[in-house]
Amino acid sequence: MTTDTIEAAAREAVTSACADVRDAEQTDDVDGVRPGLVARPADTGQVSEVMKACAAHDLTVVPRGRGTKLSWGLAPTSADVLLDLSALDQVLDHAAGDLIVAAQAGALLHDVQQVVGEAGQRLALDETVPGSTIGGVLGANTSGPRRTATGTARDLLIGITMVRADGVVAKAGGRVVKNVAGYDIGKLMIGSRGTLGVITDATFRLHPVPAAHRWVSVPVADPARALTVAQAAVHSQVVPTAIEVEWADGTGTLHVLLEGHVDGVAGRAEALRSLLGAEATESEDAPADGATYPWDVTATADRRSTALKLTFVLSGLADVLAAAADTGATLRGSAGSGVVYAALDPDTAVGDVSIALERLRNACTAQGGTTVVVDAPAAVKSAVDAWGPIPALDLMRRVKDQFDPDYRLAPGRFVGGI
Amino acid sequence: MASDSSAGISNVTDVARRLLPEAGVITDRARLRTYECDGLAHYRVTPALVVIPEDAAQLAGLVKACAEHAVPFVARGSGTGLSGGALPHAEGILIVTSRMRAIREVRRDDQRAVVEPGVINLDVTRAATPYGYYYAPDPSSQQICSIGGNVAENSGGAHCLKYGFTTNHVIGADFVTPDGDTVTLGGAAPDSPGYDLLGAVVGSEGTLGIVTSATVRLVRLPEEVRTILVGFKTTDQAGAATSAIISAGIVPAAIEMMDALAIEAAEAAVHCNYPDGAGAVLVIELDGAAIEVEQEYAEVERLCNDNGAFEQRLATDPAERQLIWKGRKSAFAAVGRISPDYIVQDGVIPRTALPEVLKAIADLSASSGVRVANVFHAGDGNLHPLVLFDDEVEGAGDAAETVSGAILDLCIEHGGSITGEHGVGMDKAKYMPRMYTDEDLDTMQLVRCAFDPQNISNPGKVFPTPRLCGEVPGRHKGAHPLQEAGVAEVF
Ligand SMILES: Cc1cc2nc3c(=O)[nH]c(=O)nc-3n(C[C@H](O)[C@H](O)[C@H](O)COP(=O)(O)OP(=O)(O)OC[C@H]3O[C@@H](n4cnc5c(N)ncnc54)[C@H](O)[C@@H]3O)c2cc1C
Ligand SMILES: Cc1cc2nc3c(=O)[nH]c(=O)nc-3n(C[C@H](O)[C@H](O)[C@H](O)COP(=O)(O)OP(=O)(O)OC[C@H]3O[C@@H](n4cnc5c(N)ncnc54)[C@H](O)[C@@H]3O)c2cc1C
Repeated sequence: MTTDTIEAAAREAVTSACADVRDAEQTDDVDGVRPGLVARPADTGQVSEVMKACAAHDLTVVPRGRGTKLSWGLAPTSADVLLDLSALDQVLDHAAGDLIVAAQAGALLHDVQQVVGEAGQRLALDETVPGSTIGGVLGANTSGPRRTATGTARDLLIGITMVRADGVVAKAGGRVVKNVAGYDIGKLMIGSRGTLGVITDATFRLHPVPAAHRWVSVPVADPARALTVAQAAVHSQVVPTAIEVEWADGTGTLHVLLEGHVDGVAGRAEALRSLLGAEATESEDAPADGATYPWDVTATADRRSTALKLTFVLSGLADVLAAAADTGATLRGSAGSGVVYAALDPDTAVGDVSIALERLRNACTAQGGTTVVVDAPAAVKSAVDAWGPIPALDLMRRVKDQFDPDYRLAPGRFVGGI
Repeated sequence: MASDSSAGISNVTDVARRLLPEAGVITDRARLRTYECDGLAHYRVTPALVVIPEDAAQLAGLVKACAEHAVPFVARGSGTGLSGGALPHAEGILIVTSRMRAIREVRRDDQRAVVEPGVINLDVTRAATPYGYYYAPDPSSQQICSIGGNVAENSGGAHCLKYGFTTNHVIGADFVTPDGDTVTLGGAAPDSPGYDLLGAVVGSEGTLGIVTSATVRLVRLPEEVRTILVGFKTTDQAGAATSAIISAGIVPAAIEMMDALAIEAAEAAVHCNYPDGAGAVLVIELDGAAIEVEQEYAEVERLCNDNGAFEQRLATDPAERQLIWKGRKSAFAAVGRISPDYIVQDGVIPRTALPEVLKAIADLSASSGVRVANVFHAGDGNLHPLVLFDDEVEGAGDAAETVSGAILDLCIEHGGSITGEHGVGMDKAKYMPRMYTDEDLDTMQLVRCAFDPQNISNPGKVFPTPRLCGEVPGRHKGAHPLQEAGVAEVF
């Protein structure tokens, strides 16, 4: 359905569910798919009403945070209503003494960091794309360099409120760090790309901001050396917060982040430098490209790079880097966690992208991991298998069937056509 | 249903006899009795059949037979659970993993180990230590509990304040669904694409299926560990010191608190020589790079003094360190020395509510005459009030039960949880509706229906009123079919 085909009754139902409803414009496109209506609810109650109206009129729904990367992943097969969560933008509760924060899904990660930062705390999630919302970070399960020390959203989320495809509002978890009462629905929502339910607020555990930090960087001439350096840092006693690799044309740099007490960090940096050799340098400043991806996140349509996420066991780093050198991909990511992002130039021919993808996927699979196409020009997306093989796909479908039997939420965006 | 079930059991028994060696199939009434309860001994049910498979293929075959004949099954690791999670089903089979104890791989370079479900928690650490690594989740029962049980309960321990729970350390699993299919969830590398089914399975208390192998994260042994025992006159002071440490930006590996009654019990049992006259002690452990620990130690010492500590002892060798921990880790068992019977409660509150809630517990204890000893994970607000009673005294058990339940209400009132690590099991299913709405519970049931539409995987646990799968959620009309059939009770 598109704007003109959304029936009057359906349009009326959505409009009466939420005060802010308008026709979609080009800027609302979800990877080339023009939604019918854009609904911008003001609170969880309105999200629920919109979902109920959509269920009653059989409309499909795609949730959007701020749409910073709404083109990523696969295009939806249908998007009657774009559910814009940007009005749910409040940081709800910062309990500094309990080291927790609750925020609405449309709140900017940046705003959350600002609020908790005033108490010397942080939500240990890197902002990998400027302007990301809490809901978007959870929906896409983004993470950056610091995951090596504090993990990802799945290690930090302790409670959520969600609206189901049928409009029912449900909570899971709570506001205490330690809680094993019932199923961990929050984990299922993380990385579900808006296909299981709409997150309307989330509660996280926080960490104190360390007093000092230091980056130690060392050039690495080849994959074997990169592995040696990464392993040395991983198994050392310097307790790295992040171990990042940058890699292009068969050569690169490793950056190790140390955080902690002022004297402690200085001492550990020195220990690390002596471990890594004379070429290692020290800096207060993050590497120039920081926690970003190795592609231009602002590019649109055919100017997008083919953006890949590669995972592997730690000892597989050298093989993955070697495979990348053969493909012309540029890499950046967390060598200390086994998660690296790769970019192929937008001008790469589709056939060459397929070959590169296969090569990288083979390397990652051999190292216990996966390769996923995060974003790509439309021609690439239609030519390649974006997700690769997915174990337990049948069980995933059964979960989807229970939560969203009509495939109303973000249809076609996720693995196996979910 | 009853006659069906005995036919079902005999079919499953036939399959078990075909699949397993003789010793792995127990049908003898007296021997079945050995398995009638877990660590929560006041619920007892004799299972219809006990099977002890030796590998995942046998286990999957057994589950498949259960699925075909709609026979309920319950997984059991070491049976140390404290919420009746492994309580058998009278018309079902109990699948014990104690013969699946291989540590398949320790991959130091990848910081991973792959282990079978029956492997004892501490054995993972023992296998990793020669490589400079350990397995971080360490429930007090770590010398006997199984990894499968840990995964199912999402077990914690003293060190989860800094290092997280089982769910943060299990990244892959082979898993037998209640259909008897074997699937791989997650893997050795992070962030497997697709829904995080493993995240739902961890902590699901055996209600979604059975884990037959787990890939766990290994953590680098710290360069330096300092364990400090600090004596305070009151729990308020100890609580204030805890808050001060956390607010200072220090995340210790553990902060544990014991009150006077718990100290008395521990002294009687293990002579741990805690400070004389202490109304509360904190066991604080700092770990990490030596130079950082040194600085944190100085700060912690100062913060404890500022908050009224009258004695601080730093363990200077592993023996002293072990003695400090022995007092803490034996506290539950030790309570047996000062009271014939007791209930171990497990509730959680936001850390800042500690003084208020401890005071309310003391008031409850005073007004009811029921003694309560407190031993807990102060750093993350996980309380373990030990509610003492003497079953010989008429009504004492009921009074203890009432106080125990009132403590959970206090936790819920303060925005906490009815269980931080011991699980819901059979024991706390009735409290779930106090913490969650019908909609919340229905949503959890969607997960169960996806995994276990026949409701045969550890039925009757966690949820007070299981929904029939296929039923439209959120509409409650009249009595539930399971309720009418006498299978489940509505609380
Ligand atoms: C399909 C897809 C895959 C991605 N994969 C990766 C990745 O592997 N690694 C990575 O680092 N970054 C990934 N990203 C990037 C990530 O989206 C951005 O970094 C950022 O998190 C987006 O924030 P946003 O608020 O602008 O969200 P949006 O771009 O608006 O939304 C991001 C995704 O989350 C869903 N979503 C948004 N809000 C909600 C909500 N409240 N409830 C439920 N679902 C919601 C959306 O439908 C969409 O699928 C991916 C993005 C998409 C769309
Ligand atoms: C003295 C004492 C101290 C304790 N201290 C702690 C503590 O500090 N922290 C803590 O968290 N707990 C603690 N416990 C509780 C208990 O030890 C844990 O819950 C433990 O994880 C249970 O492991 P188990 O192997 O004994 O499991 P069992 O009791 O056998 O089973 C527990 C649950 O797991 C399920 N299960 C078992 N194996 C599998 C499998 N392979 N796949 C799927 N489901 C399975 C069972 O069906 C059951 O629901 C303590 C218990 C005792 C007796």
